[in-house]
Amino acid sequence: MTILLLALRRLAASLPTLLVILAGLFLLLQLAPGDTVDALMAQMGGGDPATAEELRRYYGLDLPAAAQLARYLWRLVQLDLGQSAIYGKPVATVIAERLPVTLLLMGASLTLAFLGGTLLGILAARRIGHWPDTLISTLGLVFYATPSFWFGLMGIVLFAIRLGWLPAGGFEEVGAGYTGLIRILDIARHLVLPTLTLALVFLATYLRIMRASMLEVMSLDYVRTARAKGLGETGVIVRHALRNALLPMVTLVGLQAGTMLGGSVVVESVFALPGLGRLAYESVVQRDLNTLLGIVFVSALLVITVNFAVDLVYGRLDPRIAAGR
Amino acid sequence: MMDRSAGPLLSVENLSVRLPPGADRSHALAGVSLSLAANEILCVVGESGSGKSVLANTVMRLLPPGVSPDAGRVLFQRRDLVAASEAEMRRLRGAAIGMIFQEPMTALNPLRRAGDQIAETFRIHTRLSAREIREKTLALLTEVRMPDPAAALRAYPHELSGGQRQRVMIAMALALEPALLIADEPTTALDVTTQGRILGLIRDIQKRRGMGVLFITHDFGVVAEIADRVAVMQAGHLVEVGPAEGVLNRPQAPYTQALIAAVPPLVPRAARAGTAAPAILTLDGVSKTYRKGGGLWPGRARVTHAVKNVSLSLPRGTTLGIVGESGSGKSTLARCIVRLLDPDTGTIRLGDTDLAALSRRAMRAEARRVQMVFQDPFASLNPRRRAGELVAQGPMLRGVPRAEALAKARALFTLVGLDPAAMDRLPHEFSGGQRQRIGLARALAVDPEVLVADEPVSALDVSVQAQVLALLDSLRDRLGLSMLFITHDLRVAGQICDRIAVMKDGAVVEAGPTAEVFTAPQAAYTRALLDAVPGRAWIPGRPHAPAA
Repeated sequence: MTILLLALRRLAASLPTLLVILAGLFLLLQLAPGDTVDALMAQMGGGDPATAEELRRYYGLDLPAAAQLARYLWRLVQLDLGQSAIYGKPVATVIAERLPVTLLLMGASLTLAFLGGTLLGILAARRIGHWPDTLISTLGLVFYATPSFWFGLMGIVLFAIRLGWLPAGGFEEVGAGYTGLIRILDIARHLVLPTLTLALVFLATYLRIMRASMLEVMSLDYVRTARAKGLGETGVIVRHALRNALLPMVTLVGLQAGTMLGGSVVVESVFALPGLGRLAYESVVQRDLNTLLGIVFVSALLVITVNFAVDLVYGRLDPRIAAGR
Repeated sequence: MMDRSAGPLLSVENLSVRLPPGADRSHALAGVSLSLAANEILCVVGESGSGKSVLANTVMRLLPPGVSPDAGRVLFQRRDLVAASEAEMRRLRGAAIGMIFQEPMTALNPLRRAGDQIAETFRIHTRLSAREIREKTLALLTEVRMPDPAAALRAYPHELSGGQRQRVMIAMALALEPALLIADEPTTALDVTTQGRILGLIRDIQKRRGMGVLFITHDFGVVAEIADRVAVMQAGHLVEVGPAEGVLNRPQAPYTQALIAAVPPLVPRAARAGTAAPAILTLDGVSKTYRKGGGLWPGRARVTHAVKNVSLSLPRGTTLGIVGESGSGKSTLARCIVRLLDPDTGTIRLGDTDLAALSRRAMRAEARRVQMVFQDPFASLNPRRRAGELVAQGPMLRGVPRAEALAKARALFTLVGLDPAAMDRLPHEFSGGQRQRIGLARALAVDPEVLVADEPVSALDVSVQAQVLALLDSLRDRLGLSMLFITHDLRVAGQICDRIAVMKDGAVVEAGPTAEVFTAPQAAYTRALLDAVPGRAWIPGRPHAPAA
């Protein structure tokens, strides 16, 4: 009950931000040359201006921009994301078809980056100044400095083309008619490269934060207290340092949820994954305003949800936070 | 336990501990030898940097990386701890040797329950069942006289007060009945009444269990209160060691004599002439409340009355001490007077002006007249500005030309006993006492009428503290200043204040001339405060007084 109340309060607090983002995006797209009808006409192979005018009237594109925006927001209040002119389906349906792919990709990448970053960070902090630390820190820098699309492309070249171990793109083997466990394994095989590509940059960030955080925590008084009790090194790390060191990491996950969504646009394009990111890219190209605004709306909700979950986790990890609420 | 009668429990023989290259000296400890018998409390005293904490951590083998013993032995129950393996040390730590640390705020893991942290000691060293551990933990919390031990078992550290946390630490250190207890400044961060209770507790348990206690402290009052024997350290060397009564009252080494001479005795200063002057600063009914939480519902906010209806007056040219424990509202009151905080009600009359009624803008013009010196000499100076600029900044803000302001800063440096050539240095190049002098020069630069000093000497070593106090005293007379001196330390207050006001929970419980407050305290709380001052029976330089 309290959690529900908190969630609603958080959502209410985010509403102004959401409004500004939607309005800003709407106006920005007005500045771009061409509209949905131009893109549609181009798809049809051209047509006469009269048809174009009629189509514009049909989609309500002849109204002034302010009126269009007001109409969109009013529909949004009624939880109606509108129709996609390009796909000829409700935007909600289009997004619902694409969302699971993105969620799966993000979830897998986040888990990999978090676990990998935590482990490598601890390892580097324990061996600071020695070769494991140097190796891990250098690798982290390489991961961080390399653009993820390049990683993706090189992954395709090496593992898909040269070695032939993994598929080069797509979400699953289309038309193979796999079901059950075999289908799951097939999807997993397709997602290995995209997940790695998206995760590496974040893994590098997490690893650096975890290393720094671990170094700080290990120098604190209560770690000395734990040693004075006769606890061994592993015990000190697992029972006293780890949970304290994880606090900044958890904050970072919340902050980076949005960045990760942005990163998935690139990764989905490289690997031809039918996800939300690629949909966003296509909508921009085709001036599919309704779909684009819908995606922004859903993404914002997603980020808000992740942040809310992070706050809850934080409260669980740190009793001092829970008391202050 | 091993046979205790055979030789000392702990014997440190010619111990040297090396510091990493680049430190201010090559050895943290140089050739230190001392011994501790079972059933004895040995106090190791020294100023900061004397190596006393390094000694404690060497016995425990908890030295930071890069710091290690390079000569000598530490024999504990006839085992050499310097040469012991790490596994052997782990078996001893927490079991045969317990340790208590200085900072109760940071020495406990904030994310785990107190009971769980005590129980961990049992889990590491014994094979007791969960229920037995729980019972033993509860018994320990009762033994350290924790109020409501069952609740403390489940409490997180942030839900406990400083004294309660220190009790948890003590319970943890005593869990397995160690033969040796090492206490590294265990009461330094505590209020004086809490400190008295914790010292009593340590002594009681030590007697009951016949432990040997290695007690590290910088405070001679604490030494007088608890020590059987005393070892005095200076810059890594052992200067003097002997029975407490002898060292405290008939110190042999010149360094010990100087240290003890710097300890302010718990006696009020002789009354000065001219302390009946008319008031320069008058507080009338000043209150300040803090609100927390509640949001849209102000009625649900938690309200803290930090200062409650305080009325005081400060005669011109005198020093008024405001004494109280943490949370008594004394710092909030100081901040209200210089208007870093806005009081809710009441008047603060400086001469003819009511400071409390001024707008922020008008206050900026009046700010010159009442200046503040802060507690922490390390945090209260901007680390990126040169000392001279820091002092000259105030006058320059008021339109004094730069050259003139710097010339004034130069004069002030001389006045507070600093070398004017040091004006171009950055704050980190000065020691704590020197920084406090810079803070003082900064406050004096705008020619204030009233100086508000918030715990100006509590972060300083005792010898430096004596110098700064003497400086404050002479400046008051030379510049005709009036001073509000906030402190938790009754010894310091007795040394410098003409009048004293005692605060508790935001209210003034007693106010009067220092001698009266000290010799005939009216309020029960004042009496409790005076009784709790460690080593109150010991008056430095008067050997006939019995040591406690």
